[in-house]
Amino acid sequence: MIRKALWLSATSVFLALFVPSAQAEDRVVNVYNWSDYIDPTIIDDFTKKTGIKVVYDTFDSNEILETKLLAGGSGYDVVVPSANFLARQIQASVFQKLDKSKLPNISNMWDLIQERTAKYDPGNEYSVNYMWGTVGLGYNIKKVQAALGTDKIDSWDVFFNPDKLAKLKDCGVYVLDSPADVIPAALKYLGLDPNSTSPDDIAKAEEAMLKIRPYIRKFHSSEYINALANGDICMAVGWSGDVFQARNRAQEAKQGVEIGYSVPKEGAQMWFDQMAIPADAKHVAEAHEFLNYMMTPEVIAKSSNVVLYANGNKASQQFVDKALLSDPSVYPDEETVKKLYTVAPYDPKTQRVITRSWTKIVTGQ
Amino acid sequence: MSDIAATASAAPPVDVSASLPARLAKGFVGRLVIIVPYLWLLFFFLVPFVIVFKISLSQSAISMPPYTPVLDFSSGWSGFVGKLKQLSFDNYLWLTQDALYFKAYLSSVVIAGISTILTLLVGYPIAYGMARAPATIRPTLLMLVILPFWTSFLIRVYAWIGILKPEGLLNQLLLSLHVISEPLVILNTYTAIFIGIVYSYLPFMVLPLYSSLEKMDYSLIEAAKDLGCPPTSAFWKITFPLSLPGVIAGCLLVFIPAVGEFVIPDLLGGSQTLMIGRTLWNEFFSNRDWPVSSAVAVILLLLLIVPIMIFQQAQARAQEQGK
Repeated sequence: MIRKALWLSATSVFLALFVPSAQAEDRVVNVYNWSDYIDPTIIDDFTKKTGIKVVYDTFDSNEILETKLLAGGSGYDVVVPSANFLARQIQASVFQKLDKSKLPNISNMWDLIQERTAKYDPGNEYSVNYMWGTVGLGYNIKKVQAALGTDKIDSWDVFFNPDKLAKLKDCGVYVLDSPADVIPAALKYLGLDPNSTSPDDIAKAEEAMLKIRPYIRKFHSSEYINALANGDICMAVGWSGDVFQARNRAQEAKQGVEIGYSVPKEGAQMWFDQMAIPADAKHVAEAHEFLNYMMTPEVIAKSSNVVLYANGNKASQQFVDKALLSDPSVYPDEETVKKLYTVAPYDPKTQRVITRSWTKIVTGQ
Repeated sequence: MSDIAATASAAPPVDVSASLPARLAKGFVGRLVIIVPYLWLLFFFLVPFVIVFKISLSQSAISMPPYTPVLDFSSGWSGFVGKLKQLSFDNYLWLTQDALYFKAYLSSVVIAGISTILTLLVGYPIAYGMARAPATIRPTLLMLVILPFWTSFLIRVYAWIGILKPEGLLNQLLLSLHVISEPLVILNTYTAIFIGIVYSYLPFMVLPLYSSLEKMDYSLIEAAKDLGCPPTSAFWKITFPLSLPGVIAGCLLVFIPAVGEFVIPDLLGGSQTLMIGRTLWNEFFSNRDWPVSSAVAVILLLLLIVPIMIFQQAQARAQEQGK
């Protein structure tokens, strides 16, 4: 009797261990996106609508994402690299081609952006755009007014001209620690092709940077958000959305700090963050559903309204806040768009030349 | 992944398990206890090192993982041997061709060396004070030294940004006391790096110093005093030599991690700081050249292992002489 009871209880424990896992074929999608880059309600809405659970992780640099992808077995189903990184990752066969038949919302996408992202992802076969923006100048309006006598910043000249930048030295200038974003701007300012990979051109850009190096306080790719917002610095070469975040934080803090952002008239580099599915993703169907949901006009507009970046979805523009849509630093007018340029990813050899040159600029040796 | 598995199986745990039954047969639990740290070292030091060393002999490639060859047995034993032949020391040669790497190693060693001396200067009086304090409050003092570890290292370094920045606490204090009229620029300089390293590594200096000072027999000092030795020379002739093992241990515990330090120079230091941690980061993340960055790491390890071995030998010799 006792033996039978034991046997029964053992069996029930055994069943209890295995049965739930057999039933629970929970649908999951593992998403890896930039930090502070989505309206969190979108994730809840998606789960409510589809029953797919979203595991949402964030990163803060392309390099970290790339290292995880290249090592393999990242466990993510949707990742959001920037386009120049994406291009190289496609070459390394990190991603799988999208099944467009499962993405009917792709018809909402903006042809203008699609054309430009095709430079990195030919035919847009592996990725769809999430957000895009520019590399420009973020500045503290009052401090720049005091130092330069004008708060009208509309040219790279204020940065690359040593006489002008020298006046901003004491109130502080930060620069992105990212050669792929700064070297092309230097080339553009010098009237050269921002896409140039010729060592001579890169040397000229290096020379231009070394001339203004004494007036730059720090090279860093994220600290400038807080530094601008707190009024610790007066200018930063940075990504548009980061500067807008600084502007909002400054407004919330009510310390009288006002932040402006300028897309220089010589032209600025466009960047794109692209959603893609890794080749070794385990939940491919769910990943497609997530991508398709993110291309719903109302949904992506909601995200833009929170994170303050322009998205690559034409149909969403009627749902984007009027103030954001009419802000030329977020959605530039046609005249400006023509001057925006893209930079193709560097081959390993050029990358090495540029990184070496960058080390020389940053450390001064 | 397959690469890691292959390297792991190529490592020699087989030898250990072969001698294991013999050792167990002797029935010494003590021996078994010794095996645990050896296994630990094998799996968490030797195996990872072999993997890094192997990558440093590979060539970078645009693939997953970003280097070739990837060692596995997919093409049989002869294929494996063929892949082994593709390994080369080219990346180490590359390191000698650009002065950047030498400068970075040198500047890391200099920064770590200065920080170690500063930490010793700050840590010695603290440890001495603790060792001479009444026995009842010593545990409390010890606790105070260890207490900062309960907060994340990263948060404590961030806190220093708030203290040192131009509008930070330190400048506000000094300005309000009229000690200075212009805010001091400390953040983003070498001074900030030294402050950060001294602060973060202080416990590693204080604890070994304290343990060797606490063991000291203070009747020796009294004897010196009786014989007319002034306190300063009593300190240099008795206290300091007796605390030397603590000084050496503390200095090594600070110096070794400080050479490869990345976080403190990144957050507190200026962009002009050239350190090997940063160079390694650039090779790995910006250039995506895992082989060269592995070579940089291997050289860094060798650079640190040599002084450790010299120190160990000196200690062993000293112990033998002591007997």
